[in-house]
Amino acid sequence: MEEKKLKKVDLIFCKTCQDDIEVVKKALTRHPDDIINELIDSGLKGRGGAGFPTGLKWKFTRSQNSDVKYVVCNADEGEPGTFKDREILDTVPTKVFAGMAICAYCIGAKQGYIYLRGEYNFLLNKLNGVLDDFNKKIKDVGLDFTIEIRSGSGAYVCGEETALFESLEGKRGEPRNKPPYPTVAGLFGKPTVINNVETFVYTAMINYMGVEKFKELGTKDSRGSKVFSVSGDTPKPGIYELELGMTVEAFVNEFGDGDTKAVQVGGASGHCVPRKKFNDTIIGFEGIPTGGSMMLFNNTRSMYNVLHNYLEFFVEESCGQCTPCRVGCQQLLKGIEAVKRGEKPASYLEELKKLAQTMKIAAKCGLGQSVANPFISIVDNFKEEIIY
Amino acid sequence: MTEVKEILEKVKSKYGNNRSALLPALQAIVKEKNYLNDEDIVEVAKAFDLSSAEVYGTATFYTFLDTVPRGKYVIRVCKTISCHMTGKDEIIKTLENLLKIKLGETTFDRKFSLLTANCLGWCHKGPVMLINDEVYYDLTPEKVIEIIKSYQQK
Repeated sequence: MEEKKLKKVDLIFCKTCQDDIEVVKKALTRHPDDIINELIDSGLKGRGGAGFPTGLKWKFTRSQNSDVKYVVCNADEGEPGTFKDREILDTVPTKVFAGMAICAYCIGAKQGYIYLRGEYNFLLNKLNGVLDDFNKKIKDVGLDFTIEIRSGSGAYVCGEETALFESLEGKRGEPRNKPPYPTVAGLFGKPTVINNVETFVYTAMINYMGVEKFKELGTKDSRGSKVFSVSGDTPKPGIYELELGMTVEAFVNEFGDGDTKAVQVGGASGHCVPRKKFNDTIIGFEGIPTGGSMMLFNNTRSMYNVLHNYLEFFVEESCGQCTPCRVGCQQLLKGIEAVKRGEKPASYLEELKKLAQTMKIAAKCGLGQSVANPFISIVDNFKEEIIY
Repeated sequence: MTEVKEILEKVKSKYGNNRSALLPALQAIVKEKNYLNDEDIVEVAKAFDLSSAEVYGTATFYTFLDTVPRGKYVIRVCKTISCHMTGKDEIIKTLENLLKIKLGETTFDRKFSLLTANCLGWCHKGPVMLINDEVYYDLTPEKVIEIIKSYQQK
């Protein structure tokens, strides 16, 4: 497996690197198929966590025969430990808008939405100001496309793409069955491209700086760089853009406090990597993918408390629509509490792991399916801490 | 205080008459009146030609669309792991002592409500709280006292 050293990159937050209207202008001189093929060639995968190839998403939506299509930017950044999209929207919003505009040109959409989580409402005034200006400029360069910002209201599950559509349509944010996928029937039942904030920025950047420069970074399976949100027991918490493909070891050497015992990669719904696995775990799509959340825990922390906090989170944020997730989350939480109190034997953890596995298969959306990630990785690696 | 009908007119002129304007409408009412009471929900239902159960069901899905009375300033302290590790419990205790209410309650003068929230997206600067839309990070008990004082004087 290809492995990279830790390398800091400055593409996303660079303010002088590109004029975003020029970027769109340049895109408009090219054929949409060329832009999309270049994106596919770049190997760019979605930066929200799931990692679907962005170029393919655009291609599928472009190939749909429909008068109305939509571009949606997922800014419902709710994953615990993630805060990079807020920073991107706060400091370089026009890069996001430019990516959306290029997407609109490629797929033939006239309307775009940014779904901003309610917790980030303080950004609204400033963001709307910048957006009004951008919307005007984009018309001036000859693209019939308008972006609008809509606010969420404090529901984690609305970061799931189909739940986000439901919410935009004015309904409860309950995920839909897939298929049909958003590229076929998304917002208002129309073909829709929905990408993460950061993904849109990279699409604009690839279009501007060329695919070769992007491909220089990262590994075969994880091209490019990515913005990481670093928190927990670290002397330098914050937001860092890093080349993909480094090991957890390299990451901990840079960000750890010398006593790191575990890193939670990918937030509450991600995986817990214990110290003994730092060296052979790659952060990227060939190892553990992440939407950018990196939480470090040192030896003073109880992993029982960490898991307990995550499970409480899922119990509250489960939308309640499907039984495996609604009941499963609660039972996992009750289960570890019972083991901790000594009411259940240690072997009960095996039963709970089976329940988590079942949720992975049976839950309707990514929320319920991914509860098994933290549960099994923490229980397997820190069993003593859960029991005693 | 602005009437709900007025708010609805405004929202509809901006977002249109169809259901996709429902969330902006509910958000606007909560912003103005701090929560959604039964009469308002009926009013919204009429405006969008929906059943009031449908509107209520939608509103109660969302944490920020409160359907029980809340204070003018709703404080939401982040309780997710990073903020837990940096001392959110102390922040909550400070707020409880200061406002003389417990978590989940509203002060007698209807000025403050004290709630918790899941990850607010400031994990590198915990502990964090929102007061309505404003965010306050890197909190210490001393800072909290100062912040609340400034709101009490408002």
